[in-house]
Amino acid sequence: MPGKPRLTYFNGRGRMEPVRWLLAAAGVEFEEIFLETKEQYEMLIKDGSLLFQQVPLVEMDGMKMVQTRAILSYIAGKYNLYGNDLKERALIDMYVEGIADLMQMILIFPFSPPEAKEKNLDSLKERATNRYFPVFEKVLKEHGQDFLVGNKFSWADVQLIEAILAVEEKIPAVLSGFPQLQAFKIRMSNMPTIKKFLQLGSPRKPPPDECYIETVLKILK
Amino acid sequence: MAGKPKLYYTKGRGKMESIRWLLAAAGVEFEEEFIEKKEDLEKLRNGGFLLFQQVPMVEMDGMKMVQTRAILSYIAAKYNLYGKDLKERAWIDMYVEGTTDLMGMMLYLPFQSGDVKEKNLALVIERAATRYFPVYEKALKDHGHDYLVGNKLSWADVHLLEAILAVEEYKPDILSAFPVLQAFKGRTSNIPTIKKFLQPGSQRKPPADEKFIANVKKIF
Repeated sequence: MPGKPRLTYFNGRGRMEPVRWLLAAAGVEFEEIFLETKEQYEMLIKDGSLLFQQVPLVEMDGMKMVQTRAILSYIAGKYNLYGNDLKERALIDMYVEGIADLMQMILIFPFSPPEAKEKNLDSLKERATNRYFPVFEKVLKEHGQDFLVGNKFSWADVQLIEAILAVEEKIPAVLSGFPQLQAFKIRMSNMPTIKKFLQLGSPRKPPPDECYIETVLKILK
Repeated sequence: MAGKPKLYYTKGRGKMESIRWLLAAAGVEFEEEFIEKKEDLEKLRNGGFLLFQQVPMVEMDGMKMVQTRAILSYIAAKYNLYGKDLKERAWIDMYVEGTTDLMGMMLYLPFQSGDVKEKNLALVIERAATRYFPVYEKALKDHGHDYLVGNKLSWADVHLLEAILAVEEYKPDILSAFPVLQAFKGRTSNIPTIKKFLQPGSQRKPPADEKFIANVKKIF
């Protein structure tokens, strides 16, 4: 009987956070190993655990999975969060890829130089309010259903609630022009597995701080 | 009966090239509409054709699909190039994400120059030779099959061939230390649909030239 999935990453959000969200949303318990030293990282590379010498790494079902998208697709497929057919899967993929582009802006934010931070924040606000959030607002408004695709909870919904909360941390009033997304946010936050993940003591990681940034730079240098 | 897929992009490789490769490998004929000036892009945007205001966009099976990976995943699954189960799909995804990272590094090279370009090119070669190609060399060597996953042609094989040829354009002897990949390249290039795509007159696009680069800068 296989054990719980085991996640290896830094002790922070980064590229692993969407994986934590998705496993949690699916009600799947997991273990975590945190990279704290360069030596640990080099050991992982040396013993062949990292296909392309990179983390995230998720050990699950006998596989040492790398590449965030591959990991997320596998989890979504395994736990029925990937739609009912190819076309629903295509929609979920489109939505998830769009959100990933938005999240990428947040991902690199802590690593950008202080002079660039204000400009990056403005870009984030512009993209969120003009390019990405309007799409999902419209999708929800047009079909009037609780979930983005196929009237059923999917990876796309998990990715969107994660993105909304992440953007709100930087731009608190970002949802002010999006009533559908406001309602969506409340609905998703109240789903039992997600509600649990949003509580203190869950595996959810806090926003990146100085210590996290320092650790990442030290290990990956 | 649905028509042929229709691809909307500039008349060059960019992010659409992997899609052209995959459709061609699957033996699927497709049409292309080229964005030649800024107004063409504006027209698509204003017409609500582009979900996130971006290309690539592929009209297919009643959908206006955007986001390269979403499009490629759909094509792979539809034409049975995505493995036979979830685990094979996971391996294909992992391999494809690797070649995507490698090709992503090359995407902007034509738009760079001088020291920046030289430095980035050196990094591409280094990564190809030490991070990416060794993985595929080993995978093929370990199982001894013709294809990367499940002993059957998949998206991962098509993408790997595309990546090999792309790096070779910058460094022709990049495969000198990878005999298994050399054999893979020979075999895969001879698959009838792929062989056809590699011949002149196909919809495969040439490397970016000065004129193309200048035009793309104007459009975007």
